[in-house]
Amino acid sequence: MKILVPIKRVVDYNVKVRVKSDQTGVETANVKMSMNPFDEIAVEEAIRLQEAGTAEEIVIVSIGIKQCQETIRTALAMGADRGILVETEEEVQPLAVAKILKHLVEKESPQLVITGKQAIDDDNNQTGQLLAALLGWSQGTFASKLEFTDDRLKLTREVDGGLETVSLSLPSVVTTDLRLNEPRFVKLPNIMKAKKKQLDIIPMDSLGLDTTSRVKILKVEDPPQREAGIKVDSVEELIDKLKNEAKVI
Amino acid sequence: MGVLVVAEHDNEVLQESTLNAVTAGLEINAEVSVLVAGQNCGGVVDSVGKVAGVSKVLSCEHELYEHQLAESLAGLIASIASDYTHILAAATSQGKNVLPRVAGLLDVAPISDITDIQSADTFVRPIYAGNAIATVQSEDTIKIVTIRPTTFDAAAADGGSAEIVSIDPHDDKQDLSQFMGQELTQSDRPELTSARIVVSGGRGMGSSENFQIIEALADKLNAAVGASRAAVDAGYVPNDYQVGQTGKVVAPDLYVAVGISGAIQHLAGMKDSKVIVAINKDEEAPIFQVADYGMVADLFDVVPKLTESL
Ligand SMILES: Cc1cc2nc3c(=O)[nH]c(=O)nc-3n(C[C@H](O)[C@H](O)[C@H](O)COP(=O)(O)OP(=O)(O)OC[C@H]3O[C@@H](n4cnc5c(N)ncnc54)[C@H](O)[C@@H]3O)c2cc1C
Ligand SMILES: Nc1ncnc2c1ncn2[C@@H]1O[C@H](COP(=O)(O)O)[C@@H](O)[C@H]1O
Repeated sequence: MKILVPIKRVVDYNVKVRVKSDQTGVETANVKMSMNPFDEIAVEEAIRLQEAGTAEEIVIVSIGIKQCQETIRTALAMGADRGILVETEEEVQPLAVAKILKHLVEKESPQLVITGKQAIDDDNNQTGQLLAALLGWSQGTFASKLEFTDDRLKLTREVDGGLETVSLSLPSVVTTDLRLNEPRFVKLPNIMKAKKKQLDIIPMDSLGLDTTSRVKILKVEDPPQREAGIKVDSVEELIDKLKNEAKVI
Repeated sequence: MGVLVVAEHDNEVLQESTLNAVTAGLEINAEVSVLVAGQNCGGVVDSVGKVAGVSKVLSCEHELYEHQLAESLAGLIASIASDYTHILAAATSQGKNVLPRVAGLLDVAPISDITDIQSADTFVRPIYAGNAIATVQSEDTIKIVTIRPTTFDAAAADGGSAEIVSIDPHDDKQDLSQFMGQELTQSDRPELTSARIVVSGGRGMGSSENFQIIEALADKLNAAVGASRAAVDAGYVPNDYQVGQTGKVVAPDLYVAVGISGAIQHLAGMKDSKVIVAINKDEEAPIFQVADYGMVADLFDVVPKLTESL
């Protein structure tokens, strides 16, 4: 089967972001950018399915500015086969991302789309579910295990109470959770090889889709800051503070 | 036209977080209906009918909805959506799974995990693991929103007397998804996201056996047990213990972080707690920057002592 893996370029998870003084967003100039960690897990899972003989081809898609090519190259260096950049300077929200992905799914006909469960910049956790709805496909969100049986996918999900197992028809949209796998490190020779892999660039405007933002961002502010408290030296002092000062026990 | 809240339940018990979603609904409009879709879930319908402020309960019983699968549930919700201005659910794993699918069916851009309602179309939500707070305005006719339960009070479980109406299942006998089973974490302790006290352990615990130290303290305090991602990844505790940006958000009266360094992803899930205690042997650990009471010490010395002295 063919697998499509959408990946987002985001501010690296180790960076503590700063809000812009004009309150329009967060500072991204001169900030380290990386592949969204959940998408690395998605790429890794696709590669493992290919190594196991379940998947034939892995196509990476990213929607965003031209620098997303670097992020796509990282996925290609991990082992994916080819990439597509849908290029735009505009902010693209999950519903529009899902519409673009639907368009590409119709062109590429994959049996499986694996997205991250959540992009760690906007923390939306929507795109996979939106895409599944637009396609009328099954959805396996927050996946921690995938097993293919006959013509269905047995999928274990991380839910609030523990784990849940579902059987999904194919084609399907799967979103990754943290315990699905541990992504591999990219080896240097593979970075060289990835440079030769096919990467198509499609201008977003050429698709003729409605990608306007339906959610207007009015402002972005700093969160209220929490002050550091005091250090206590003994268990007795801690219990005393909790009882008599904070009155929480 | 009012607000529709999607109830979360297991056919027997209503999830507490639905009560938080009802409060959010009432902030938007006094007319709040709650959908209870399930199988043999009459008890849940009755308890929702008693929730203060709820005007109407829509009950839909069918085997399609027994396990709350997104594929079936979203079709049902979308089929009744045009009667409402807003569709709300708690931002639980269930709400996050189902509501965006409803939005996709209706061509609406959903809004996730809001912490405040400024007006019927303007909401506040944390982004970047809570390191920035965005105020956003929806331009869709129907607003599809998940709410962060810890930032809305629970509606009173008693005092209401809602009208109860049965509605027909949505006719799509689809075979997209079948429920196969679940492995739920069994515990007599309070539920993590609504507990008054939470004791969490991190990588510093070192093993799942050592987590008993955390459990003993939690039992003494009648607290829930949480964990960092590192502790879950290492297999010390199940996945549903994870507190943080990509786990559960908690805001108890007291949060005790033991052997947790305080990465931003962890802080995102607990920094709205009223009082934070941190026990860590590294005095430079970032958790101390948010802790009201910090103790630089070896957890294996002080936590058992703390449990004993309480
Ligand atoms: C996409 C993504 C999502 C994530 N989501 C989450 C999330 O939701 N929740 C989350 O928690 N993390 C999350 N993380 C992980 C996060 O970045 C940190 O790696 C994690 O929180 C670290 O866990 P920890 O504090 O237990 O471990 P560490 O950072 O290793 O800290 C262990 C601490 O224990 C202390 N310690 C060790 N031994 C002792 C002792 N004997 N006595 C006292 N103290 C001791 C050490 O001093 C240290 O400070 C996410 C990361 C990514 C990339
Ligand atoms: N601009 C984008 N380009 C490619 N994939 C994306 C983009 N935005 C979101 N995704 C995918 O959708 C997932 C969930 O994102 P979100 O719904 O924004 O939290 C991500 O982990 C990606 O797999």
